[in-house]
Amino acid sequence: MLKRRNTDSVELLNWQVTDVATFQKQYFLLLGLMLLVLLAYVFRMWHLQVLQGATYRYQSENNRIRLEEIPAARGIIFDRNGNPLVENRPAYHIQLIREDVRDLDQTIRDVARLCERSPEELFGVLEAGKHVPKFLPMRLMSDIDRDCLARVEAQRIRLPGVFIQLEPKREYRWRGTAPHLIGYLSEITEAELKGGQYQGYFPGEEVGRIGVESAFEKYLHGKRGGRQVEVDAIGRRMRLLDEVLPIAGKNVWLTIDIQLQKVAESCIEGRAGAIVALDPNNGAVLAMASSPLFDQEKFIRGMKREEWQALSRDSSHPLLNRCINGTYPPGSTYKPLVALAALQEGAITPDTNFSCPGFLEFADRRYRCWRAHGHGSMSMVPAIIQSCDVYFYQSGLRLGVDRLAHWVKAFGLGERTGIGLPGESPGLVPSSAWKKQALGVPWQKGETLSIAIGQGFDSATPLQMTLAYAAIANNGKLWQPFVVHRIEGHGPDEVDEIRGKLKQKIPIEQRYFDVVKKGLLGVVESEQGTAHAIKDKTYPTAGKTGTAQVVQMAEGPNRTPTKNLRERDRDHAWFIGYAPANNPQIVVGALVEHGGHGSSAAAPLVQKVIAEYLRNAPNAAGS
Amino acid sequence: MMDRRLIENFDWSIIWVLIGIICIGLLSIYSALYNQIQAHPTHNLFIRQLMWFSVGFTVMLFSLLVDYQQLKRISLWLYLLALLLLFAVLFIGKDVNGSKRWLELGGFQFQPSEFMKIAIVIYLSSYFSSQETSPYPGLKKLALPVCLVAIPVLVILSQPDLGTAITILAISGTVIFFVGIRWRYIISGALLIAPLLYPVWEHVLKPYQKRRILILLRPDLDPLGAGYHIRQSKIAIGSGMLWGKGFLNGTQNKLHFLPEKHTDFIFSVWAEEWGFVGCFVLLTLFALLIVLSLRVARRSKDRYGSLLVVGMTALVLWQVLINIGMVIGLLPVVGITLPFVSYGGSSLITLCLAIGLIENVSMRRYIFQFR
Repeated sequence: MLKRRNTDSVELLNWQVTDVATFQKQYFLLLGLMLLVLLAYVFRMWHLQVLQGATYRYQSENNRIRLEEIPAARGIIFDRNGNPLVENRPAYHIQLIREDVRDLDQTIRDVARLCERSPEELFGVLEAGKHVPKFLPMRLMSDIDRDCLARVEAQRIRLPGVFIQLEPKREYRWRGTAPHLIGYLSEITEAELKGGQYQGYFPGEEVGRIGVESAFEKYLHGKRGGRQVEVDAIGRRMRLLDEVLPIAGKNVWLTIDIQLQKVAESCIEGRAGAIVALDPNNGAVLAMASSPLFDQEKFIRGMKREEWQALSRDSSHPLLNRCINGTYPPGSTYKPLVALAALQEGAITPDTNFSCPGFLEFADRRYRCWRAHGHGSMSMVPAIIQSCDVYFYQSGLRLGVDRLAHWVKAFGLGERTGIGLPGESPGLVPSSAWKKQALGVPWQKGETLSIAIGQGFDSATPLQMTLAYAAIANNGKLWQPFVVHRIEGHGPDEVDEIRGKLKQKIPIEQRYFDVVKKGLLGVVESEQGTAHAIKDKTYPTAGKTGTAQVVQMAEGPNRTPTKNLRERDRDHAWFIGYAPANNPQIVVGALVEHGGHGSSAAAPLVQKVIAEYLRNAPNAAGS
Repeated sequence: MMDRRLIENFDWSIIWVLIGIICIGLLSIYSALYNQIQAHPTHNLFIRQLMWFSVGFTVMLFSLLVDYQQLKRISLWLYLLALLLLFAVLFIGKDVNGSKRWLELGGFQFQPSEFMKIAIVIYLSSYFSSQETSPYPGLKKLALPVCLVAIPVLVILSQPDLGTAITILAISGTVIFFVGIRWRYIISGALLIAPLLYPVWEHVLKPYQKRRILILLRPDLDPLGAGYHIRQSKIAIGSGMLWGKGFLNGTQNKLHFLPEKHTDFIFSVWAEEWGFVGCFVLLTLFALLIVLSLRVARRSKDRYGSLLVVGMTALVLWQVLINIGMVIGLLPVVGITLPFVSYGGSSLITLCLAIGLIENVSMRRYIFQFR
């Protein structure tokens, strides 16, 4: 007790007398307030649980209210002319709520008989789903055919617990066409559900993979609805209590023309390669074909593990979109860019002559021209027309790697074009700084010779190269390519038109564009041109061939004839062209992997695509 | 080594009441998650909750070792640390369902706003117990603490996390009220805030928050949209009647009618299965916990200690009152969990820390023992 008194005296030193009194007051105030609130809660509870308890008990037991999901239809994908490319079809599933079933065994046998399946198969499904709570529906069979649907629907009154669920499924109207561009769907994974990217998604929903289905997922997807229904003892809907309608996804209009796409695809059928067609006046993608193709329908029907592995491990990489994801040495198609850079920097003039004896001696090495006996002395325009390597070795030497890199980057190479499709490659534009950093060794002057003709470290996607040519065709406007030109909601005001976005105006003088374009025109139109064979009488075509070496040629006077090389050692064939040359309406780039010469393997494909487009285009009566 | 007399003054009754509440929580979580556990035995949240409790009790034990007087000196630093973490969340926080509340540290997630609850109480109680501050402090003395409360509240509101912001306001308000506040401040404060209510309603509250408040006034306005949760919760509670439906027999719970049933709406699960009797027991246990804690506050040897205990008690009390009020349809729906009953690790550790500090004050209530 003595101790206690001791404490009090110390406390009094610390606490003034008034303090203690006020403190006591607040202590009781707080306590009283809390008890008052808790008492109110107890009264409320009494009201809910005892006075109204029976009503709520009735509601919880007698009303068998279920929440059903209503899936939202995914947006439709159209081509530029309004042809539906991807639509939705109804798929019917047989669902079972075991709690409502009277005789499970008999019900399963009945359903199996109606759908001409073996009962064992359905019992297997039942076994696999036995952990699903009994009152929740489980899927017995998915995507049943019409006959089965009709029979089950007719017998449903005798099959309590069985019901049909309707779900929209993707239908590819042009099956196997433009699969890389359109993409496909697959079920959302658990990791994706947890991640932040797909908010508001439910397990079992499908999300777009690659292409437009993936890139425009947030527009196409829509929002799932639901309804609350009262059901009777055998699970039949008695009354609709409330319904939240699903919101269908928005429709997406592509910039591609499906006919042109078909032509482009038929051009490279049977080969690995890519064809890209762009509108040089706004950057719209008119066709985008990557070969080999794959069948999206397989993903929709559900792919077996082996099928998926076969597809993903195929050495020809059918899932790869070569247009945006394949990077290749650009070969001679690089030369017009070198020419423009050298002209603008004043390294050479259009009249600068270089003589080509068939090779250039540089640093104790012979850099060969593709034509062994040489082109003689020539100026820029004929050098482009005949694709003289020596001319561009010389131009590249005068220009230097870093000035070349600067201008080539201005044409959009070495960075993603921003087309908005997933998985785009940036390609590579080498510079001395890049090499020092990436490889740790200084730039060798000899390498400048290689990159000046598009070999060596240079690499670009077919889309990047085609886009750069579009910028040449339209005198220096670098567009951001795009594949969707309209996103269409459900009201009249909900239409978003997407127009091309100008990335930059390349600051190169018009007269230099004129010189280079004269050369490109000559490639097709002049007798000496490397692609003279594809000349069309009705409109002037301009372009450039490219034959990109895959393996460095052995030191020897002659190239090995293409036909003697193994397939995988053959050169990649390039051609990029535009037409009508005086008023360009379309730019087409074609790359054929291991196709051999650009003039013979790639140029005719480009001409076919151009011809198809100009035949149908109303404003293309150019020449 | 801990002084024997420290252990003598440990308040066991608080721990017994707490264990009672925790048992009710575990029963409810087990029932709420029963289907989920059956379907995915590997992903067992019940086991995880048990692990959180062991972590929580370890934290509580450690919080007993340090004399709470030591905290007084670092109170401002604790507050600043909590504030720093709150700001960090704004920039590097993890986005969950559109709000940024979580911070990830070495694979371990926590909510800095939880830590702020503790830090603000420690700061306020040391501020108001300093020698210069008298009871019924003047405006000058109040300005600093009011500002230091307002900053974290605004940050938390922007996460957005209305529930935690309200809790921190309520806790701080309780501490300030305890120090003593003049009537004229209360009245002028109310007069200042009243004209702000309209613009806040119009511009600050999000549409879903407005709907929740309107629903309270007219529950049948939108029975399947905003009112759905509360209606289902009321059906669950009401259908429990006097004795409840029995353990694991709650149909509202099992049929997925109850939303967030193992977190915010855990009380409905308990009420459905154990009825009015069960609810009464739980409310009584909470009342006991508060009464016992406030007894510690009253017996504390100094003003700092009692303010600290009052703050920690308020931390538990307000969450209990707001959560139950919301679940039984008396308050609008805000995301506040029921202390020691709801599932969740971050808040549990905060609560254990709070109880630990209350015990800390209880153990050291005689000054001379330390001299």
